[in-house]
Amino acid sequence: MNAVPTILDERFRTAAAASGELDVAYDVLDDTPVGPLLVGVSERGLCRVGFDPEPDAELERLARSFGPRVLRSPKALDGVRRELDEYFAGRRHAFDLEFDLRATPEFHRRVLAELNRVEYGHTTTYGALAAQVGAPRAARAVGTVMNRNPLPIILPCHRVVGANGSLTGYGGGLDRKEWLLRLEGALL
Amino acid sequence: MVSGIPPFERFYESYKGEVLAFLRRRAGRDRADDLFQETFLRALRAYNRLEHGEHLRAWVLTIATNAVVDAARRERPTSELSVEPAGEDERPPLEELAPLTDDLPPKERAAVVLRYGYDLDYDTIGAALGSNEQAARQAASAGVRRLRKEKEQR
Repeated sequence: MNAVPTILDERFRTAAAASGELDVAYDVLDDTPVGPLLVGVSERGLCRVGFDPEPDAELERLARSFGPRVLRSPKALDGVRRELDEYFAGRRHAFDLEFDLRATPEFHRRVLAELNRVEYGHTTTYGALAAQVGAPRAARAVGTVMNRNPLPIILPCHRVVGANGSLTGYGGGLDRKEWLLRLEGALL
Repeated sequence: MVSGIPPFERFYESYKGEVLAFLRRRAGRDRADDLFQETFLRALRAYNRLEHGEHLRAWVLTIATNAVVDAARRERPTSELSVEPAGEDERPPLEELAPLTDDLPPKERAAVVLRYGYDLDYDTIGAALGSNEQAARQAASAGVRRLRKEKEQR
């Protein structure tokens, strides 16, 4: 197959994002301390952070949720990339990004909004989050919300631990959860 | 998502090389770069109106063809070329064919350009036009007849 020069390829990807016609612009950040991260933004804001380094299934999911015009466009992710870099370097404790959670069910959104108030370096429990959204018996459901969090790291589900302080689980694997909590100084 | 339509990324990766090669052949290396971006921006604008994911290759080549035709028209609004799109064996290059077909009804123009300019078979042209092989064949031959008549009247 004929190769398309990189400069031409990148120029189109940038123009596509600038045209406002994309449903989702995404990029894969290859070398973060927690491995490759797929990040996606819509016109409304950040809509996906994914740990899966093989983006095929991820692209299909994005297309189903937001529309088929899903394209890798690194330039459109500049702001997100910068904030994540700062966070991983320990220089950023809060993200200043808009979110697009329209593909997330209402109960999940309520829990995630509450989760977003848990500060850098602090932890909470599934039960405490459940109580805060007025569903004190829904600790298990809160666990499901964390597991399906569309914006891990940014919406800090790694800060939610079991009532006895155990790490319990993490959609991206316990290693990553532990690394993030150590970065934030919440684990010694 | 409408079933069968791949994420745009997959579509773009599948056809970008072929589209660029096509544009370089038809419009020259210099103009191909701009037309490449134009083609895929047009495809992007129309992408969420697609009803299925079939014939995407013919679809994007039709868009590329139209981008070439439009660019040629912008550059040479009044053509004095005298190329006759006659028999199937003498295929004029698209750059020369394009301005000549400007006045044809859209379907005939697309059929003529795809057949003689790009050498697509009628089955594929029919798919690109949203009709069938028979209709594509008729549109192309009606287009050629019309071009001959126009030429005689000049």
